[in-house]
Amino acid sequence: MTGANSFQVSGYGPQRAGLSRLLARDSLARRLDWPILLAGVALSMIGAVLVYSATRNRTELNQGDPYYFLIRHVLNTGIGLALMVGTVWLGHRALRTAVPILYGLSVFLILLVLTPLGSTINGAHSWIKLPGGFSLQPSEFVKVTIILGMAMLLAARVDAGDKQYPDHRTVVQALGLAAVPMLIVMLMPDLGSVMVMVVIVLGVLLASGASNRWVFGLIGAGTAGAIAVWQLGVLDDYQIARFAAFANPELDPAGVGYNTNQARIAIGSGGLTGSGLFHGSQTTGQFVPEQQTDFVFTVAGEELGFVGGGLIILLLGVILWRACRIARETTELYGTIVAAGIVAWLAFQAFENVGMTLGIMPVTGLPLPFVSYGGSSMFAVWVAVGLLQSIRVQRPMSA
Amino acid sequence: MSNIPETGRTPRVQIRLVVIQILVLSLLGTLGGRLWYLQIREGEAYAKEASGNHVQQVVQPAVRGSILDARGVPLADNETRLVVSASRTDLLKMPDDGKAVLTKLAGVLGMKPAEVMEKVRLCDAKTPQPCWNGSPYQPIPITDEATPKQALQIRERAEDFPGITAEPQALRRYPAPGGANTAQVLGYLSPVTDQELQQAQDTESPYLRSDQVGRSGLERQYDKALRGKAGVTRYEVDNLGRVIGEAEADPAQPGANLVTSIDARVQRVAEYELNEAMKEARKEWDRNTNEPYKADSGAVVVMEAKTGRIVAMASNPTYDPNAWVGGISAKDYKRLTGKSSNYPLLNRAIQGQSAPGSIFKVIPTAAAVNAGYSFDGPYECSSSYSIGNQVFKNFESQGYGGISLGRALEVSCDTVFYRLSHEEWKRDGGTKPKKNAKDWFYKTAHQFGLGAETGIDLPNEVTGRIPDRKWKQDYWKANKDAWCKYGKKGGSYVEQIAYENCLEGNRLRAGDSVNYSIGQGDTLVTPIQMATIYAAISNGGTLYDPSVGKAVVSADGKSVEEIEPKPHGKLPISRQTLARMDDALAGVATRGTAAWRFADVGWPQDKIPMHAKTGTAEVHGKQTTSWFATYTKDYSVVMTISQGGTGSGASGPAVRNIYDALYGVSDDGTIDKKNALLPTPQKKLPKVRTDGTITSPKVPKDPAKEQRATQKNEADPDPQQLAGTVSTQSPENRDTRRRRRRSRRRGGRRMLT
Repeated sequence: MTGANSFQVSGYGPQRAGLSRLLARDSLARRLDWPILLAGVALSMIGAVLVYSATRNRTELNQGDPYYFLIRHVLNTGIGLALMVGTVWLGHRALRTAVPILYGLSVFLILLVLTPLGSTINGAHSWIKLPGGFSLQPSEFVKVTIILGMAMLLAARVDAGDKQYPDHRTVVQALGLAAVPMLIVMLMPDLGSVMVMVVIVLGVLLASGASNRWVFGLIGAGTAGAIAVWQLGVLDDYQIARFAAFANPELDPAGVGYNTNQARIAIGSGGLTGSGLFHGSQTTGQFVPEQQTDFVFTVAGEELGFVGGGLIILLLGVILWRACRIARETTELYGTIVAAGIVAWLAFQAFENVGMTLGIMPVTGLPLPFVSYGGSSMFAVWVAVGLLQSIRVQRPMSA
Repeated sequence: MSNIPETGRTPRVQIRLVVIQILVLSLLGTLGGRLWYLQIREGEAYAKEASGNHVQQVVQPAVRGSILDARGVPLADNETRLVVSASRTDLLKMPDDGKAVLTKLAGVLGMKPAEVMEKVRLCDAKTPQPCWNGSPYQPIPITDEATPKQALQIRERAEDFPGITAEPQALRRYPAPGGANTAQVLGYLSPVTDQELQQAQDTESPYLRSDQVGRSGLERQYDKALRGKAGVTRYEVDNLGRVIGEAEADPAQPGANLVTSIDARVQRVAEYELNEAMKEARKEWDRNTNEPYKADSGAVVVMEAKTGRIVAMASNPTYDPNAWVGGISAKDYKRLTGKSSNYPLLNRAIQGQSAPGSIFKVIPTAAAVNAGYSFDGPYECSSSYSIGNQVFKNFESQGYGGISLGRALEVSCDTVFYRLSHEEWKRDGGTKPKKNAKDWFYKTAHQFGLGAETGIDLPNEVTGRIPDRKWKQDYWKANKDAWCKYGKKGGSYVEQIAYENCLEGNRLRAGDSVNYSIGQGDTLVTPIQMATIYAAISNGGTLYDPSVGKAVVSADGKSVEEIEPKPHGKLPISRQTLARMDDALAGVATRGTAAWRFADVGWPQDKIPMHAKTGTAEVHGKQTTSWFATYTKDYSVVMTISQGGTGSGASGPAVRNIYDALYGVSDDGTIDKKNALLPTPQKKLPKVRTDGTITSPKVPKDPAKEQRATQKNEADPDPQQLAGTVSTQSPENRDTRRRRRRSRRRGGRRMLT
């Protein structure tokens, strides 16, 4: 199934026939945000190559098949595209009514992680093992449902025309809605996802037009919470060690500082054009752990150099730039909030992920959107792209 | 749903969206900037770090070259042992980390599986010994005592033992051919230190952690040549050490062989005779101290007179250099270096220095001639020489009247030299030296090479000392504070001396010049210096750098780098004077103080002219040092025994026996070429074949004992006669024997001959 086919069955727009309908001035295809779509696909394809480069020799992971991860990554991208198409087809407004169900489902899934069904990977108990070697990371979907849920609550009165801005009561409700899954994710503990969610909440509140007091109050509370978490020993030892290693990478180059050190060596050795695809010694030698997922950017840095790494950042920039425009240009607050939440989410997650490989952010287990191997993340990101497309498509044409 | 009012587009939201957009862009800009910084600005440094990350070196040790004697007999070589090793890299590739293979291997070797596993694990802070503390990429030895059967089992079933090798490996061995241990000359090896390891890390020939480095003697001097070059293979490895990349290999180059001028048989004779002489000396009673002679240490040098090459060099006490192989035990180390050890590691032939006594007299003889005194004299050989109220005895206690310098050498007349040295001292201005003081007696000594290293190819040679004006001044500067503090006028002998030294220790006094003229006082020399000087007298005046190394021959014998004899000076004597000195020294062996060791006891002087000088040096607070310096046209032999008695008495028989062995001389004076070990110095180099083997003659089990046995059988019908004595006198000459007894008695007196 391809995107183009699905547009024909989307049922949106005047019924015309064939190619002309597809290319008509107000057709769905014409109104789609192609830069976002193409940049997303490009990032996913680059990701596929990088994932292949990182895993083709990792016999202990790829079960003897060098293409194991490549195939799965492409498959994930395909499923992601399908999810995007589905999202566009349903439309974000239609989804608005389903938000309570989706939210409930995602919270149920993350609760399930805490039961014996959940499994631990790299210190984070945030996975559900499925039959057939698949596993699910529900916290990725929670990011989407938090955005949708908060947007629904905050925009309801405004879009109805009752109020210019969400009132305090609504803001409290929205924060409560976000707090529940955040607390559960914190228990896993998946600190990286919690950090992303905090940023999402911040972006959503900003875009909702909630009063400045809420915005600054939340920033203050977030800071205080971070200090409290640090001081009260809520963090696991491995998390503290990661932060310490971030502060001083030379601390223990063979231990917790190993990841950051090796990642930086890999990227730094890439130079301008890199060592060439499949020729990175750090990558071939598997010196960087988790290289197909959290540290996938190091493959680009080493083998494709500044050119490749810069291209990834540029493509991410294209998506975020277009997403910001979508947020600005939509007329209803619901769409604005959703788009802004997605921007906050993808921007922060990309910054944190690339930043940790570059040694300017502490190490947390977050995937690089589109590029990292991992189904849950890929699906959630493409759903987000679907939402963005839907917001753009369904906005009345200004011309 | 299309009629949504435009309430969402309030200015506040619009502004905030712009803020978000700016924030997002600045985050991405930060990433881009940081990426630029890491890859473009610091890129090279990281690239370097990355290459260090993934390249691992595996070093194959080079086999250390052998040290051979002049005929190719190995003095130091390698012993092959079957070593079974495990490659950790290979073991880790197996699903169970090689446990099954190691267990199987333990069965073959008759070891416990746990024992084998322990040897293979890597050492770290938490792992106690046994463990492997070398490179994890290096094969880890499990045993070096595998039997050929065990090795075969492992090698024939290689598929059952992946990662396990059973190969012969070389360990250093000092075989002591014919009993010649040559310990101090060969030196020893000890493990490389961390510092050396680090220093050599990036050089062309890096050390292995298991490497041994030459620490003294030839092993140290020729370490680089002997060590060869370890082979280095560079592998690209992944983070677990698995080899992933192509290898770049430099094969190991085995160390070269060092051919020395040592003759193992002569070396054995020298060692044996030195030891016997010291044993004999300990049986003698010292009338001065009223106890037997201690003979606590000694040395002998046999040198080729025309080249300065060392044929034998022995130092006593000695030790077994094999104690160092495979790591020295704490007990052995203490035995070799402890306070009560008498320091057997010292090579006393080059590191032992003492006053030379009368063997020094060749120097004042040359000095006197250079200062303008005629060789013929006559010079008054009185029984004593007085300066003011100080009386300097002629220790011979005999006046010979007016004699020539040659005769003075022959009979070792002290007073002749006292007078000449004192006169020169006065001529130079006495205690207040003239500006252009000639200092002939001191200058000549320096020209003879004394007070400086001879340049022998052995490490840590000492210089000895010529107590000239400059030394006096320096020594006084260094010590005057202590002397002035301790010295007391009219105190004990030592206090009085210190007092005098404090006042005028910087001056060369009349007494100093007198004592110096017969090799006493503060004069110090080493046996190698004296051997070099006597060899020069023999060869017409050329002072050669003594050398032990003769050639460096590559392991395949293809490259031969000969070490040519190198002169470092000429004796400051005219040819004529030299010839007359040569006559006088021959006279010592025929008529003088050494006659009872040579001419009187059947030395074939007409066939092999022998030249000798005896010396008995006094050391304050100790028994006399025995010195004996000799030469023929081929060799010079110098022996010394500390606290051993007189020159000819203690060292004479041993030196005579060494010559007997060299030339095959029997006690009756007949020369049997068959018994001669080395009638002329070895010229040809031994042949090293391309496969690394070396042609070398067989060495008898003990050349020293065989040598004595042949003499006994041929020359002495009455074995009883010789029991308990090292003398080689011929029994039919009763006259000689009487004289010998008399001489020995004389030797017991305070005699500085």
